[in-house]
Amino acid sequence: MNDLKFSREICERCETFDCLTRCQYLKMDFATAREERGRLLQGEKARVLEECVTCYACEEYCSHGNHPFYHIVERQEQLGIWPVPKPVTKQQILMMAPKGKISPKKVQSPVVNMCYFPMFTGSIRGKLFEGASTIVGSDFFCNVMWLHFGKNSVIRERLPEVIANIWEHYLSDSGVEELVCFHDECYGTYTRLAPAFGIKVPFKPVHIFDYLNKRLDELKDRIQPLGQKVAYQRSCSNRLVPETQPWVDEIFKKIGAERVDRKYDRENALCCGTIFRAQQKDDLADDVQKRNLDDMAATGAKFCVFSCPACLFTLGESVFKRGIMPILLNDLCQIALGEGMKGG
Amino acid sequence: MEDVYQELARIVGPAYVSNQPEERFIYSRDPGTMEPREPDFVVLPATTDEVQKIVLLANRKKVPLVPMGGGLVLSGLSRPLKGGIVLDLKRMNRILEVNEKSRYVLVEAGTSQGMLQAYLKKNHPTLKHSVPDSPPMATIGGNVLIHGSGHLSHAAGFHSEMLNGLEAVLPTGEVVKIGSCSISPYWFGRAPLPDLAGLFLGWFGTTGVVTKVAIKLYPNRPWQDVGVFVTEDPELVPEVFYQAAGVQVAEDITAWMAPKPDWARGFQHVNINYAADTPEELIWKRNLIRASLKKLIDQKTGGFLPLPPPMKKNFLEAPQTTLAQFADVRKGGGFEYVGGIMPIELFPNAYRAGIEIAARQGTTYSTGARIIGPGHCMMFFFAYPFNRADEADVERARRALEETNGLVLDLGGIPWKAEAPAQRQILGRMDPGTLNLMDRIRAMLDPQGIMNPGNWEVR
Repeated sequence: MNDLKFSREICERCETFDCLTRCQYLKMDFATAREERGRLLQGEKARVLEECVTCYACEEYCSHGNHPFYHIVERQEQLGIWPVPKPVTKQQILMMAPKGKISPKKVQSPVVNMCYFPMFTGSIRGKLFEGASTIVGSDFFCNVMWLHFGKNSVIRERLPEVIANIWEHYLSDSGVEELVCFHDECYGTYTRLAPAFGIKVPFKPVHIFDYLNKRLDELKDRIQPLGQKVAYQRSCSNRLVPETQPWVDEIFKKIGAERVDRKYDRENALCCGTIFRAQQKDDLADDVQKRNLDDMAATGAKFCVFSCPACLFTLGESVFKRGIMPILLNDLCQIALGEGMKGG
Repeated sequence: MEDVYQELARIVGPAYVSNQPEERFIYSRDPGTMEPREPDFVVLPATTDEVQKIVLLANRKKVPLVPMGGGLVLSGLSRPLKGGIVLDLKRMNRILEVNEKSRYVLVEAGTSQGMLQAYLKKNHPTLKHSVPDSPPMATIGGNVLIHGSGHLSHAAGFHSEMLNGLEAVLPTGEVVKIGSCSISPYWFGRAPLPDLAGLFLGWFGTTGVVTKVAIKLYPNRPWQDVGVFVTEDPELVPEVFYQAAGVQVAEDITAWMAPKPDWARGFQHVNINYAADTPEELIWKRNLIRASLKKLIDQKTGGFLPLPPPMKKNFLEAPQTTLAQFADVRKGGGFEYVGGIMPIELFPNAYRAGIEIAARQGTTYSTGARIIGPGHCMMFFFAYPFNRADEADVERARRALEETNGLVLDLGGIPWKAEAPAQRQILGRMDPGTLNLMDRIRAMLDPQGIMNPGNWEVR
């Protein structure tokens, strides 16, 4: 049930080892990568299983779409490897468990799934989200984060229930088929991870950037171009859905923002660092965050747009201390629509 | 008794004395489980001179006299067990001197924690005192005198160890100064003199009325951080304490364990708070603390929670406001705990036994600990909230507290700021020589037996 669609044959035939050699953190040469691949396929303990920082990037780097990252996590769990200390992992699993606090209600399009970020519900406002309904809470939490913890089993156990909660208690009864995913991670879950794990998704997920892009077209007469330099902080889960990247460029263009050229953007994006701290790698987190912030600051950006609220929590304060305003993309759009604070 | 009232009114002014039922009601109880005991009079002096006159009056009239600070001790120590006068010191709240260079402050004993904290923040932002996790209206004097502890106790010990000196009115009316202030204009410390502060520390107001205290201040460093280390095996916690405290770069090390929320049940959390003058120093301290726990981290049996900066703010608060939320978890505002002062190696036994007691007595609980000094001992608390309007609930908590006091003693610890029944348990186990010495000291200082009678009753 819910078997991972990873092909051993495809992996065996691969001669590029991009998943390992392009890793920004393991620094693995070609020969070592070949050995590691062998161990992984044999189900043996391997350096990559112990040292993987779970940044998701290899999902994007694999040119065969063969889900190397899911496979690594699967192997970690099978071999009893804990990327994060056991008590921390166990407690996080309990903390994020579905609480069964579902209040079925009629919803109307657009329905925005806020994932487990109730504090951002206030972001769903103004012309951009006119008439929107929201759903939020532990019962709608996409659970993809367990990839960071070597716990695919938790995703398998909880994701079908989450999907059923959304569909049966909200969308289906209301005749709504689309779900706007406020959290990039949810979109990756429903469009990539769920199919890879053989979990059916009865609704059509819509990425928040796709939604914003279309709404900006509808509201183009209201847009007051920002004329600001904006840095973009890509999230780990966006590696699951790289096709969403052009939407960021389109949105920036539409609101008159300049997406600054950064060393650490697009495929070369750096992790926000939270998961490194969960793995007790503070030195790595310090180093990565500093490089990231230095890179951002060097561009002269006024804003830093985050695609993930969790990254915003982690880096927001540090970004602000560098004189850059941390912000979500929808809030930046609202500024351009004259509905929020003006960039100064 | 009318003459006592009239004399009290003459001493402090009629606005600051009462024998009316509403005041007597309020001063008869605290938020704990102890039965109310009504005073005959409540009086609020403003000066040491007024305190002295009240003590002399109580002596002449042989009326019990019960000194009181914030009234928040929870174990009923300022209830007048034998009636008489409650001497509320809250008007004696002046901050008299801050010595920046020698880092101490001289205050009147009724100065509240919140007042001093706010005063230092405004006028001496580079200094701070050790703030206990009590409401801000708790007093400096009261907390020092009960051997309290707080947010600098890992760095500097019990609050009584931070005492530089004091002024007190003896039960017979003489005013005395203890510490360097008895010789020098400076209140810099208690050494090198014979240390007479012990005549007042831990005595619950049975040896006199302390009217002024000088306490140590510490650098208030601008950069602060906290690490929350989690384990699920109580046997490991003493090692966490030992290692983290051994590095001696933290200011405060506390543990918390609770059955609610559900995700907390079964885990032991150790908060390690540290501060620095620069970001680099902060990281250096973090790395030292982390290195001290490397073995457990490498074994994956413990680790620090990955807390983004906004989630750390609550853990950096002093005092901790989350305790106030727990205190009202049963609604009705009742809350009491046993604080067992004990060696850190007793943590696993105390933790398990506390859970068993709560289950047996049918009450909810929260447990935790604060490390005193670099791991020299801990204050392990077993807290039981209750609804004061529900007598059955109060009784459940009372039974749990009584059983817990016995447990603490059985384990080899000593209940802190013990209620009168727990005092009897302590005295029952005390070395006879010590007991006799306590009795002789008290009889010598308080020949009339007027000071907070019913507490530390050796005879």
